[in-house]
Amino acid sequence: MDSGLIIEKLILVGIIFTISLLIAMYATYFERKVAAWFQDRIGPDRAGPFGILQPLADGVKMFMKEDFIPSNSDKWLFILGPGISMFTSLITSAIIPWGEDLTIFGSSVALQVADFNIGILFIMGVLSVGIYGIMIGGWASNNKYSLFGAIRASSQMISYELAMGVSVITIVMMTGSLSLRDIVQDQHGMNWNIFYQPVCFIVFFVCALAETNRAPFDLPECESELIGGYHTEYSSMKLGFFLFAEYVSMFISSAIIAILFFGGYNFPGMDYFSGNTLAILSVVAFFSKIFFFIFVFMWIRWTLPRFRFDQLMHLGWKNLIPIALINLLITGLVIALNKGWF
Amino acid sequence: MTLEMIAILLGGLTIGSALMVVLSKHPVRSVLYLVVTFFLISANYILMNAQFLAIVNIIVYAGAIMVLFLFVLMLLNLNKDSEPITSIGIKLAGIIAGGVLLTVMLAALKDGLVITQQAVGSANNDGLVENLGELLFTKYVLPFEMSSVLFIAAMVGAVMLAKREKQIID
Repeated sequence: MDSGLIIEKLILVGIIFTISLLIAMYATYFERKVAAWFQDRIGPDRAGPFGILQPLADGVKMFMKEDFIPSNSDKWLFILGPGISMFTSLITSAIIPWGEDLTIFGSSVALQVADFNIGILFIMGVLSVGIYGIMIGGWASNNKYSLFGAIRASSQMISYELAMGVSVITIVMMTGSLSLRDIVQDQHGMNWNIFYQPVCFIVFFVCALAETNRAPFDLPECESELIGGYHTEYSSMKLGFFLFAEYVSMFISSAIIAILFFGGYNFPGMDYFSGNTLAILSVVAFFSKIFFFIFVFMWIRWTLPRFRFDQLMHLGWKNLIPIALINLLITGLVIALNKGWF
Repeated sequence: MTLEMIAILLGGLTIGSALMVVLSKHPVRSVLYLVVTFFLISANYILMNAQFLAIVNIIVYAGAIMVLFLFVLMLLNLNKDSEPITSIGIKLAGIIAGGVLLTVMLAALKDGLVITQQAVGSANNDGLVENLGELLFTKYVLPFEMSSVLFIAAMVGAVMLAKREKQIID
C-alpha cells in the first residue's frame, strides 16, 4: 500500500467525520425549527440570524455543565457507554459511497473510505453492536429508570433488527452483491429499488425508525414513564454524546435508506454529464436525498404519538417479520422465474 | 513480517481477554470481556481473509447472543452477596471436567494449527461470500441442512416452553 492512498483516505475520513458532525449539529437546529413549524411557533431565533448559531450555543452549554458521576455507579462503564454510542454511530459512514469518482490532479479518487465486499453486513453488525452503548450506560448508572430504558432499548433493537435484516437480504438478492457500491451502481439513473420493492422499503423504514430510537418508537427515553430513560443519570457532554449519537445515526440511516432504495448518488439524466461535474452533481443528489429523509424522520416525530411497548413488540414480531419474509419469498420466486430456473 | 506480528499480537490479546472472562469478579464485566473476545476472534477471521465469517460472528454472537446474556444478567442484578457458595467437591469436579475438555480441545486443534498457519496471509478465498455459499450448497450441504433442522427443533422447544402456561397478553 502506497502512502499516497493512505493520505487520500485520511483526508476523506477527516472530511466525512466533519460533515457527519456538522449535519448532526444542524439536525438538532432543524429539529427544533421543524417542530416549531408543525406547532405554529417560531422556534429558536435568538442566536445569530434566524438562530443559526443555536447548535453552537447548545454545545457550549453542554460543555459548561457539571460533569456528574453517581457515587454508586460503575465508573468506567458509565464513561464507556456514551463513547460506544457515538463510535458506532460514526463508524458506519466509513463504507458509504458518497458519489461518483472524482478526478484530482489526474488521479481518480473514490468518494468512499472502504469498499468492503460485505458492506451491508458491516452496517448490520455495527447496528447490533450499537445496543451496547445504551445497555452499558443504562446499567452502569445504577438507577432503575435507566435500567428500564436500557432493557427496553435492547429488546426493541433486537426485535427490529430481524425484520430489517430480512428486508436487506431482499435487496441483496436483487443486486447479487453485498457491497454498497455495487448496490448503488445497480440502480443507475432512475432504476431505483423503490419501484421494485415498495413493501420492503416500508418495512426497512419502520425498522430504521425503531433502530435509531426515534418517535414513535422512542420508548427507551419515554419521559412520562421513565423520567429520562437510559440517560437519566447523565449530564454534561456525556449526555451530549448520547443525544448527538441519535442525530448522527439518523443521518447515517437516511444515507442507508437512500442507498438501498433511492439509488444513492444516482439521479435521472446522469448520462449527460461526465468527469468532475458528474461527481459533484452525484454528491449533491445524494445529500439532497439524505436531507429529505432526515426531514421525514422529523416529520414523523412531530406527527405521530408514541407507541405502547406491547404494541411495539406486536408490530415488530407479528407484522413486520412475516411481511418481510413473504416479500423475501416472492422476490426469490420472481428472480428464479426470470433466470429460468423452473 | 508485519502480518505475523499482527497475528501474534491478536492471538495474545484474544487469549488475554478470554482469560479475563474467567478471572473477572463481576458477571457483567465477564460478559463484556466475552464480547471483546468475540471481536478479537472476528479480527482473527479477517486476518485469514474470511470477512463474511468475521462479520457474521459479530452480528450473531456479539450483537445478539451476548446482548441477551447481558440482558438476563442485568435483570438478575447478581453481586457478591447473592453468589451461591460452592463446596470443594463441586470445585474439584469443575477442575477435572475443565481439564478434560481442555485436553480434548487441544487434541482436536493440534492438526488445525498447521492449517491456520497456512491460511494467515495466504490468498485463501474460502471465507469470501461467493465461495462460502458455493461450499455450503455443494460440499457441505448435508451438515448445513441438518444444522437448520436442529435450529428448528430448538425454536419449537422454546415456543413450547413459553406456551406451557396459558398467557393472555392483549
